[in-house]
Amino acid sequence: MTVDLLKGFYGAYGGQFVPETLMPALEELERGWAEIMGDPGFRLELDGLQRDYVGRPTPLYRTERLSEEKRIYLKREDLCHTGAHKINNALGQALVARRLGKRRIVAETGAGQHGVAAATVCARFGLDCVVYMGSEDMRRQAPNVDRMGLLGAEVRPVEFGTKTLKEATSEAIRDWITNVETTHYLIGSCVGPHPYPDLVRDLQTVIGREAHTQILEAEDRLPDAVVACVGGGSNAIGLFAGFVDDADVRLVGVEAAGAASLGTGRPGVLHGARSSLLADEDGQILDAHSISAGLDYPGVGPEHAFLRDAGRAEYVAATDEEALAAFHLLTEREGIIPALEPAHALARALDLDAELIVVGLSGRGDKDLATVLAR
Amino acid sequence: MRKLVSIYLMAGRDTPALAQAAVEGGADLLEIGFPFSDPLADGPVIRRAAEQALASGMRTAACLECLSDARSRVDVDLVPMTYASLLEAYGYERFWTDAKAAGATSLIVADLPVEAAPELPRVQLVAPTTTSERLRLAAERTDGWLYLVSLTGTTGARESPSAQLARLVERARTVTDVPLLAGFGIGTPEHAAAAAALTDGVVVGSRALQVADEAGPRGLMDYVASLRHAVDAVPITR
Repeated sequence: MTVDLLKGFYGAYGGQFVPETLMPALEELERGWAEIMGDPGFRLELDGLQRDYVGRPTPLYRTERLSEEKRIYLKREDLCHTGAHKINNALGQALVARRLGKRRIVAETGAGQHGVAAATVCARFGLDCVVYMGSEDMRRQAPNVDRMGLLGAEVRPVEFGTKTLKEATSEAIRDWITNVETTHYLIGSCVGPHPYPDLVRDLQTVIGREAHTQILEAEDRLPDAVVACVGGGSNAIGLFAGFVDDADVRLVGVEAAGAASLGTGRPGVLHGARSSLLADEDGQILDAHSISAGLDYPGVGPEHAFLRDAGRAEYVAATDEEALAAFHLLTEREGIIPALEPAHALARALDLDAELIVVGLSGRGDKDLATVLAR
Repeated sequence: MRKLVSIYLMAGRDTPALAQAAVEGGADLLEIGFPFSDPLADGPVIRRAAEQALASGMRTAACLECLSDARSRVDVDLVPMTYASLLEAYGYERFWTDAKAAGATSLIVADLPVEAAPELPRVQLVAPTTTSERLRLAAERTDGWLYLVSLTGTTGARESPSAQLARLVERARTVTDVPLLAGFGIGTPEHAAAAAALTDGVVVGSRALQVADEAGPRGLMDYVASLRHAVDAVPITR
């Protein structure tokens, strides 16, 4: 007995495991997305906003003092408007919501970067915005809570369970079930039911596309490896997308050691998709633990699980301490304060057996100062 | 045939006794919740009950034992209600085989769309947002009766009866003759009567859990009897 009739599978992973109330909305979103992708006017509008509002293309910066043996380039998504790659996705989905006639946006956030991106595009397009955030994350990412408030979003604390991203996502989906006729769910990563993993990847592919062109310009060759942190996995899937067809380029995803859904997980269903999860043998979802709120999630995008099984991408882990060390190293050697999430990617890039490496620097570290200074 | 009253109970140590009390109060059918850590279709009452059940060790094997204990006490239909993650882990076919052996008469899987695993016998859910095409497929594939999700939202009693139910019933009647049971949002005898006036019966979950929690088997029996009484007072029109 199988579930193969469901749409949107990457090999064994993905699908649409949602209550019936949402199925028509997913069909509508899938149609709307296909229409808008085929519309040259949409492409033009999105490209214009990416350039003038987000600040794309972001630089590919060759580090000077970070490593003596390797040439490490940073794809500077931290320089995007709002400080992380999340805006790429939020902007595209705001245009989709407008096309579908939805005036209300609901989103979940962990580190607050997606929440800020959602609040930002809602301010820009005049949409109502509700962001669910675990109360534990509100505490450790307080500056982003204030930013969302200033941008006009309502931040609703989630006080139960882990009080982090997993519960915030569940509550955002419950809100969507309740308000589905007026509301677009602006999911922040390449997770959730089909078509979200496709849609988010398509909107983040700009990272990999730019990096591919930029590294060829700079080095006249492709890198040995591209490395990105993986929570839900949207910055990684966007960066990987630019190199996935170049078989000689290693794709390396770096998970938080206490949230290694790909490294130590098993197949299960969470938030509308089958993927590799931190789950027990009965299919109950386990708690993740990471210093980084953005990686503190027991699931991962289904396409990553597929890339792992297919052998095309490899997934490793970094501990809280390793990420903190890389955070300080980049700050002191290059004058760039990274978010704790991409600090995990940096930590593994530094000891990777490769000479020319592109690292996805997915966001800046202002939000993490309190966490880092408290250690 | 009388209109049906279905009561939802979360699997747990006290569930067999509660099941017996619910049937003595007049329940025609019992849904037994197999708790999941991340129940997207459920509001706060059932979510909290699931958290407590999991904390007390109610994993799949224990839930099947609970089902079997309930079966030894009651003769009505028993339907485990759960989420896909449990079946994915246990195996779809094995889950149904073992549930049936423990006394289940069907299943409800809240996040398994009608297109998926058509061989798995289960009661299908349809909602006010369900398209006509999906409504037809659900009616065709459902096992015995169709579960009408009365409102766009999660489980949990509401202040007033659903304004969306009448239209959903009307649409469902044009495509099927199977019994229609309305659930989600129904908590009082008055709401149950209002929903039963449109359908073939009602499902009550969150409020039943609260009553069972506060007043035990005796209180649950009285509460179910009050629902029974209200529903029986509704004239049968078809």
